[in-house]
Amino acid sequence: MNIEETTSSIVSEFDNFDDWMDKYNYLIELGKSLPLIDDKYKVESNLIEGCQSRVWLHAEFDGHLIHFTADSDAVITKGIANLLIRTYSEHTPQEILDSSTEFLNEIGLTQHLSPTRSNGLLSMIKQIKMYALAFKTKQAME
Amino acid sequence: MPGSDYISTHINEIRAGFPILQTKVYDKPLVYFDNAATSQKPQVVIDALVNYYTTLNSNVHRGVHFLSQQATTAFEDVREKIRRFINARHRHEIIYTRGCTESINLVAGTWGRANIRTGDEILITTFEHHSNLVPWQMLCEEKGARLIVCPLLPDGSLDMDALERLMGPRTRLLSVTHISNSLGTINPVHEITRLAHQKGIVVLIDGAQALSHETVDVQEIGCDFYAFSAHKVYGPMGIGGLYGREELLNAMPPYQGGGEMIKRVTFEKTFYNELPFKFEAGTPNVGDVIAFGAALDYVSDLGIEAIARRENYLLNYATEALKKDRHIRIVGEAPRKASLISFNIDQIHSFDAGTIIDRFGIAVRTGTHCTQPLMDSLGLSGTIRASFAFYNTIEEIDRLIEAIGKVEELFL
Repeated sequence: MNIEETTSSIVSEFDNFDDWMDKYNYLIELGKSLPLIDDKYKVESNLIEGCQSRVWLHAEFDGHLIHFTADSDAVITKGIANLLIRTYSEHTPQEILDSSTEFLNEIGLTQHLSPTRSNGLLSMIKQIKMYALAFKTKQAME
Repeated sequence: MPGSDYISTHINEIRAGFPILQTKVYDKPLVYFDNAATSQKPQVVIDALVNYYTTLNSNVHRGVHFLSQQATTAFEDVREKIRRFINARHRHEIIYTRGCTESINLVAGTWGRANIRTGDEILITTFEHHSNLVPWQMLCEEKGARLIVCPLLPDGSLDMDALERLMGPRTRLLSVTHISNSLGTINPVHEITRLAHQKGIVVLIDGAQALSHETVDVQEIGCDFYAFSAHKVYGPMGIGGLYGREELLNAMPPYQGGGEMIKRVTFEKTFYNELPFKFEAGTPNVGDVIAFGAALDYVSDLGIEAIARRENYLLNYATEALKKDRHIRIVGEAPRKASLISFNIDQIHSFDAGTIIDRFGIAVRTGTHCTQPLMDSLGLSGTIRASFAFYNTIEEIDRLIEAIGKVEELFL
């Protein structure tokens, strides 16, 4: 699935729920099911700044696609991380750089999926895009 | 002054006087439990501010015209009001600042710069809000002085034995909070000041949380400096003050330079103005000063003792209710507390809990509450903090308990 298809999927999944509690429940479920990050990647250098909870984001590049894994000590933040990883992992740096984040406004949880300091959403997206730029540059140099 | 039950028997009328309490968030009536962050304002305070700009606005101290005289009188009347409110000896011992943080920075930047030398020590406590920590850290770095931190006891009260031991021969200043914004602990500031003065240590008290909860009598406490903010005591943001003993203030160099704080200016030399103007450079925030005065009137009319009684009632009710929930751990159980409770729900990150509680229209604060070192010392990433004012109700507390129940259902 390309990034756009994934984000459309995400939006329709949340559309299934009318009630905010159900939307959060779903986000929490997503958080609980986030693939576990290897403990060795939960290091200071992988910590994302600007979140009230601790968020680790790890990226690996195989020369073509970027693989992201993440973890957080807050479940809602993990749910958000899950959505971002589902969207951006296993894609090329260029695809990531070209994508938009509009879909987050359409999920209906904007108070918490708006880029405020506490949920670290903006920081996570920024970090993902920075990795994409770094790997693209590295790719160009090789 | 009304009788002791006045607030409870007139609670609806009182709440009606605070327009924002009628707001809805997410279509639910607002439950405002973040008073330690900032208090809500009664209509009279809002009116005072608007009235100032509508009828009185003028620059102060300089003009001969009617409006400027009126504005100056109103502005200086509030200074006297503050003097009475905290029982300072002289009105010129009250310096207007932008708030508690600026007050502390003023002392660090003037008294501190002039008096702290290499090898000196500044003593603070583990409670301290970043505003009563960072200015001292910065000063110590600049001067090669040492920042010493007094620990707490397990129940969240100050370790007074440790405090005494840490007051050493090089300790020049003790800066301590009157009431902890994270744990609610009320510190014995009178006793603390007595101990410090025995050893010739200058004392600054961070009174940000105290003016709204306790009678503050700076002469009785005996402290050298007392810092406070209007917005914590039903006044506007952007204004606060520093009380300083006259002898100290006179000896301190000025803080900011500019208009107002001067007596005579030439390019070669400038002669500074007398107190309090020496420390009030530039056009002051006259409107907010006047609104601050209206807030102090409001509090005085209701009576601090009545307010404290009401708040204790709410605190006890909330504490009992939270204690019934076996998943909840209350953080900070000092014998003397102001009306706030920090707590955590088993295994649930405070951010997760706060996010859901918010959706019920309930405003609590989560995280480190600008006291990261305190949280580190407790091994916590943060807490949920509910802080009550006299206009809160037990029905609102019931709603919080209900919301916590939903949080537990969702996460546990």
